[in-house]
Amino acid sequence: MDFREQIARRAALELTDGAVVNLGFGMPVSAASFIPQGVNVILQTENGGLSFGATPKLGSQDSDLGNAGAQPTTLLPGACIFDSATSFGIIRGGHVDATILGALEVDQEGNIANWAIPVAPDKYSPGMGGAMDLVTGARRVIAILQHVDKKGCSKVMEKCSLPLTGKGVVDLIITEKAVFQVTPQGLVLIEKVAELTVDEIKAITEAEFVVAPDLCEYRL
Amino acid sequence: MNKVTNIDQVMEKVHDGMTIMIGGFLGMGSPLKCIDKLVEKGVKDLTVISIVNSYPGGGFDLAPLFKNKQIKKFITSHLGTCPEAVEVFKSNDLDVEFYPMGSWVEKIRCAGFGLGGVLTPTGVGTLVENGKQKIQVEGKDYLLETPLRADIAIIKGYKADKMGNIQYRGLSLHCNPIMASAADYTVAEVNEIVEVGQLDPERVGTPNVFVKAIVQGYTLAEQEKVYEDLWVRTGRLK
Repeated sequence: MDFREQIARRAALELTDGAVVNLGFGMPVSAASFIPQGVNVILQTENGGLSFGATPKLGSQDSDLGNAGAQPTTLLPGACIFDSATSFGIIRGGHVDATILGALEVDQEGNIANWAIPVAPDKYSPGMGGAMDLVTGARRVIAILQHVDKKGCSKVMEKCSLPLTGKGVVDLIITEKAVFQVTPQGLVLIEKVAELTVDEIKAITEAEFVVAPDLCEYRL
Repeated sequence: MNKVTNIDQVMEKVHDGMTIMIGGFLGMGSPLKCIDKLVEKGVKDLTVISIVNSYPGGGFDLAPLFKNKQIKKFITSHLGTCPEAVEVFKSNDLDVEFYPMGSWVEKIRCAGFGLGGVLTPTGVGTLVENGKQKIQVEGKDYLLETPLRADIAIIKGYKADKMGNIQYRGLSLHCNPIMASAADYTVAEVNEIVEVGQLDPERVGTPNVFVKAIVQGYTLAEQEKVYEDLWVRTGRLK
């Protein structure tokens, strides 16, 4: 299984019935395809809607129905539409139960970095969009990312090196190798893939972590 | 009062160095005809305020304004969808001011609604703090975000009556109603202009007091074609 699909599938297991959920772009949005049967969530799109559905087929699209990534979308029964002030009131005001966000880096203090890649000295792109509001306001923040970068360096770090999106805001970290809970005392390894031992996870993780007494196999 | 205005007359109000808010979200619900006219007129040194940047991949809506280096400063929450903008940013021909999307919205709402600022927890502990007052209320830290207004706001609606009441359609309202309130001169580009009395008052998304001029944009049928072509061309619709 592709690592993206694995992470998206694992992240989808975190969603609970009736929850209002905002999925960031990229891997997070694909988690929508893997929500377990019987779990119905209300998806929020930050450009101003609740309960959007699948991508339409050519011929059934509407030029005024684009999602937060400018892709054509559809609305489900019960959907509602609102302006940006209400949309971010919903986010900041604690009315979103969970958000799943792609991260560039996370660290053992629950920090997340996902908006600023240096493009020139003191210049960053792409920008935070709605991510800073989401990590501030969503009741549960789930950060998903590949465990190591292309050079093999850990992206679950002791301290993020990139500018932060939010400080101490992450509740759960999901990689393709492991799942960590963020607690006030630090990271707790709660799941790992069967192919790796705890020591092997330690070897690829820069952050300090403790092992949960009920550590279990990575769920899919 | 009839606020219907020819698009060229609107463009006479636009000058080099002005601050312009442009509605839309990644090219959705965007005032496409007015943007084309800004490109054609070639006004430069603009400060543009837009919630995010152009449609992903560039080439559409705001992208030509960056490509032609007409924008000196861009005030937004997101830059990266527009390769033309990232290029000018890297080469020092563009100044970018980032705000979290929710804070960006509130800054504009403050300007239009007579408020001196808002206190938001968003951005505490990040680079967004720089240069801002941090204020504690009931033991919690907030950043003071101050009003942001423009000389001209160009928004996009669905229908307008000739008095300037604006009705929106689908998800294409987003920041358009907020922007409408926060400029000296607000222009609404719409798909259809109707007589006074033909809009249901309960369906008015932007009250006429905010709107100074109405211009005819693409009709809804034309707009459907524009976005169908765009989505098909970029592989987002099959």
